[in-house]
Amino acid sequence: MSFPWAKQYEPTNPVAKFFDEKLPLPRLVYNAVGAGYPVPRNLSYMWNFGVLAGFCLVLQIVTGVVLAMHYAANDAVAFNSVEHIMRDVNWGWAMRYAHANGASAFFVVIYLHIFRGFFYSSYKAPREMIWLIGVVIFLLMMATAFMGYVLPWGQMSFWGAKVITGLFGAIPLVGESLQVWLLGGYAPDNAALNRFFSLHFLLPFVIAGCVILHIWALHIPGSSNPTGVEVKSESDTVPFHPYYTAKDGFGLGVFLLIYCAFVFFMPNALGHPDNYIPANPLSTPAHIVPEWYFWPFYAILRAFTFDFILPAKLWGVLAMFAAILVWFFLPWLDKSPVRSGSYRPLFRIFFWVLVVDMLILFWLGGAAAEEPYVMFSQLATAYYFLHFLVILPIISSIEKPKPLPFSITEAVLGSDEKSVLKNKSEPTA
Amino acid sequence: MATTTDTADTVVAEDGVRRRDFIEIAAVSAAGVGGLFTVIPLVSQMAPSKDVLAESTTELDISALEPGQSIKAVFRKQPVFIRNLTQREIDEANAVDAATLRDAQTLAERTLEGHENILVVMGVCTHLGCVPLGAAEGENKGEFGGYFCPCHGSHYDTAARIRKGPAPTNLEVPEYSITDTTLVIG
Repeated sequence: MSFPWAKQYEPTNPVAKFFDEKLPLPRLVYNAVGAGYPVPRNLSYMWNFGVLAGFCLVLQIVTGVVLAMHYAANDAVAFNSVEHIMRDVNWGWAMRYAHANGASAFFVVIYLHIFRGFFYSSYKAPREMIWLIGVVIFLLMMATAFMGYVLPWGQMSFWGAKVITGLFGAIPLVGESLQVWLLGGYAPDNAALNRFFSLHFLLPFVIAGCVILHIWALHIPGSSNPTGVEVKSESDTVPFHPYYTAKDGFGLGVFLLIYCAFVFFMPNALGHPDNYIPANPLSTPAHIVPEWYFWPFYAILRAFTFDFILPAKLWGVLAMFAAILVWFFLPWLDKSPVRSGSYRPLFRIFFWVLVVDMLILFWLGGAAAEEPYVMFSQLATAYYFLHFLVILPIISSIEKPKPLPFSITEAVLGSDEKSVLKNKSEPTA
Repeated sequence: MATTTDTADTVVAEDGVRRRDFIEIAAVSAAGVGGLFTVIPLVSQMAPSKDVLAESTTELDISALEPGQSIKAVFRKQPVFIRNLTQREIDEANAVDAATLRDAQTLAERTLEGHENILVVMGVCTHLGCVPLGAAEGENKGEFGGYFCPCHGSHYDTAARIRKGPAPTNLEVPEYSITDTTLVIG
């Protein structure tokens, strides 16, 4: 789909014409990220993170495929093969640090992408499907990242695998047999390591497939924008290329500066020293924590310390999964017809409260499991669910939004009179 | 482009070059050259790693190697044959006019000065890489009393030179040195 004024791909040279007839791949690219995709003219830098996430996925696949050429998924040699990569393989250190920090970078980008979605209600009609696929991608990313962290077979790898697969043990009746089935043993060992490697290689390509669906779904209504007002006329849009290829290119440059600072100057800043100790099933590290990007959900998991009908452990597991699954219901929990937080004074306040709550959960997930952190986790977890299940529906029914601009052009230029087409532009329904 | 308005960026200078043209070319070139440099680690990582390169010398004690005896060793994960030639084998090799051979080399050219009796060759047939027979006791040494490749029937003489069959060159002599009784290959 596209807006009626979208530019058409017109190949000029014979080779391009030949391709366009037989396999219109250049046309697909032209209509997806080229001049054939009209995009709202007022996108802010918060709209960079989709392209950055795509870049991160490619980065992870390229470095990951390279690492897989040198890594051996066998519990006897896995740890040493990682050290072999670090010490012996040409540029192996760069590949591994690029991959490990690439995972963190990917999550930074995705969290910003998701919270952009929260603020501008990117999940609302007609973009529900884009949002739903996005949540699926996030779940796949978490699974992929978790299994990737197990592969170096250090202490954190081993005990992380043990703790996370232990979550399934909380499920009534079938839990323990499910855990044994997932691991292929009673504790993580060679069978678990091998299947994690296999799935860690497979899932990124499943993610890539979902990304294609995500972009496909996006191109039906077209990109949202900071006003939340839909595109009405040609003067509301600019072609993706060169306008947003340039803007995304600049954003990519800034991203790469920060990313490379980590890769080359503090490659282990986001990791745990314990993972440079080979896995030892007989000795648990003093303080097991997952990677930082799991902290909010880890905090929610640990917040449940009391049995209430169901055992505490099961509540923790249910809450942790529910914390993400609740995002699936966002399009129906937030009924306000206004999309952008900029025009929703009440919503905007609670959005920032949620951001603070999330940051607190980040902090608590990395903290030790003792008081007062446990109590803080309980309060922050309670607020998290309160926001989505109670506050959001109430806001959308009592809030009086600010008046919306007539069009994107008016929001940008002050009036449609100043647009190129002036008042000749016809609103499209 | 529908939204183009006249600004400093779009004003065309007298030479027909916009300031934006320069920025575009500079930015795309910087990104392109930078992107090309990332190919270096991606290609280089496929090359032998440091530990593989560290295995690239092989040391052997040849003090117990009597004339007529051979050692099969491994050099860079490939077999290498070390043979202490008998006087008869040396004479046979020297009796041939090297110029008439497919790969013209004399025995002296294939051994170290002062150690003409020690012949060190890779146990890799130069045809398609099979391991020739002849180093071990009782193996087929071929028509010329050296090595015989069972894959496609290449015959090598006592100096491991190709004499008959499809192989294009003599068995390769690796770089090596001998100090006292120690042979170092690589």
